[in-house]
Amino acid sequence: MRRNGLQEFWAYRELLFFMVWRDLKVRYKQTLLGVAWAVIQPLVSTLIFFLFFGKMAKMPSDGVPYPVFAYLGMAVWTYFSGAVSYASNSLVNNSQLLTKVWFPRLIIPTAGVLSLLPDFLIASVVGVALMFIYGLTPAWTFLLWPLLVPVMVVLALGASLILATLNVRYRDVKYAIPFLLQMWMFLTPIIYPVSIVPEKWRALLLLNPMGGVVDAFRATALGNRPLEWGTLAAALGLGLLVLLIGLRYFTRAEREFADVI
Amino acid sequence: MIAVSAHDIRKQYRLGELKQGDTMLREAIVGMLRGRGRGRQLEILHALAGVDFEIHQGEVVGLIGRNGAGKSTLLKVLSRITYPTSGHFTTNGRLSAMLEVGTGFHEELTGRENIFMNGSIMGMKKAEIAAKIDQIVDFAGVQRFIDTPIKRYSSGMRLRLGFAVAAHLDPDILLVDEVLAVGDAEFQKKCLDSMDELRGGGRTVIFVSHNMAAVENLCRRVIWIDKGRVHMDGPAEEVVRAYMGTFASAQAGGADLAAIGSRAGSGQARLTGAEFLDRQGQTLNFIRSGDALTVRVRTVLHETIPDLHVGVEIRNEMGLLLSISNNWMTGPSLVRVPAGDHAFDLDIEALHLMPGRYYLTLWLKGPDSRNYDLLENCLVMDVETSDWYGTGRGIDPHFGLIFMPARWRTGALSGGDA
Repeated sequence: MRRNGLQEFWAYRELLFFMVWRDLKVRYKQTLLGVAWAVIQPLVSTLIFFLFFGKMAKMPSDGVPYPVFAYLGMAVWTYFSGAVSYASNSLVNNSQLLTKVWFPRLIIPTAGVLSLLPDFLIASVVGVALMFIYGLTPAWTFLLWPLLVPVMVVLALGASLILATLNVRYRDVKYAIPFLLQMWMFLTPIIYPVSIVPEKWRALLLLNPMGGVVDAFRATALGNRPLEWGTLAAALGLGLLVLLIGLRYFTRAEREFADVI
Repeated sequence: MIAVSAHDIRKQYRLGELKQGDTMLREAIVGMLRGRGRGRQLEILHALAGVDFEIHQGEVVGLIGRNGAGKSTLLKVLSRITYPTSGHFTTNGRLSAMLEVGTGFHEELTGRENIFMNGSIMGMKKAEIAAKIDQIVDFAGVQRFIDTPIKRYSSGMRLRLGFAVAAHLDPDILLVDEVLAVGDAEFQKKCLDSMDELRGGGRTVIFVSHNMAAVENLCRRVIWIDKGRVHMDGPAEEVVRAYMGTFASAQAGGADLAAIGSRAGSGQARLTGAEFLDRQGQTLNFIRSGDALTVRVRTVLHETIPDLHVGVEIRNEMGLLLSISNNWMTGPSLVRVPAGDHAFDLDIEALHLMPGRYYLTLWLKGPDSRNYDLLENCLVMDVETSDWYGTGRGIDPHFGLIFMPARWRTGALSGGDA
């Protein structure tokens, strides 16, 4: 009897572990800066945003020092965009595997999305350090931080499944992904607070689930305003919807991966 | 009990899709806007055109056939890498496919790490790999380097490591694609022995190979695939003999190639014949190690060919490629060759081959690897021993893979003369 997709995925969970482990090991071995890279990326972009938006443009930041405000957003976004761009290219980068051996294809993008989580953990720890430097103490709600991670991962995986499948089918998708992520970043309240968006447009922000996620991460860490459960629930709902669509699209297309890749 | 049964398996490719990297999202969107009806007419390639067979548990079956006949596609279908266009198959038990040695190896990881990675990709459990790792390392013979990244391994070591993992898979059904064609002779033997062990273990094995000696040695039953169908299915010896009979028979002087029906290539130029000649242009009745030899390739061109490349490949009986000679590499260029009959002579100064049987593959190509004609193993060349050294001892094929015309000289540094 053939098992269904989820059962097979579960049967191959050890391979998922090995793939994540391989991705991590190789990434840290091959880059000169290794683990430091996880921190440098959000820190440097925060510095740039701080100079241009915080200092020069006097961007408001909900009463929090701008660097802390921007860094917390960038830490979340660095994970998301890193995971999506890495996982979207994961099938193409592993084409050698796809054409030579069978295993649940879903393992590859899933491993890609998970393998960036340690980077996010490190970036989060640095975020806490940054808060202390600016004389802020993380609120008790910071304990909710781990609960937000699955929401972020669900979103990243859903988007990655769609993009990874498109990437196998169409060769120009690869060039569109960085552009797409950059647009997405500016539509997400990372370098600006939701409060500067005019009231009548805010409902539109709900359509971008990453907005709710970034906002929730920031609210739980800073405790300067209540966590907006409604927005977060909308983000999770949208995230699950994207994941379902991604899973459906991926599993329908995976039969032909080896033929077209 | 039936281990594998296949019912009318068909696999079609639309030829446009085969070329990597030619589909653009931009084009697809434009195509969708214009309506699908006016899409490109794609040529359909029938890689498998209805394959049926049943294999019992414990059988070791050889799968033979020319390149492009569908053997590899069939293995890929059975191992679920690709899906059949129609038809279905059932497998009974845990199945592993070895279509390549060392799938998933990563340069930066150590030998040990790669064993875990590769084993797990092939469907082994972590605990299982951990229990067998000593045996695997032992089999590969890489004990000293097991914690070294494999980017420092030689290709031979990598191959041995990959095969060692595969040899410890322990599946009920094993699919093996031509993986033995590489590696040194000693390791090849070790692999064949381990395959032999598999046969004793009641395991079902499907084995694709061009190495007829290995196929005959390992398999009792052989399935011959031709043009995507089962052409013949029966006792190994019978099928192999029938199959080899379709290649050029072992004629001393050469072969008439015009009659061969199944050909690859576009056909603007065709191979029509080949002859073995001596320096005087006389047909050779026998060929000896060390002889000067001319291979005359006869062709017919149906149109003017702008840039013609003629190639001769020599393989030994194990299917190992020994040498390729073509005029693209060696010159002269053949530009604007007019339509008509042409013969091209390949002069071999001295045949550096051990006595034995060799197969020649001939091809006519153009630039951009365009194929006009390709005949695999179309010519048999039996090389006899010769007294090249003048010692009366001949040339012994046990002394290596190639014949090296070398002589010892003495007295270069003999003492006394200061």
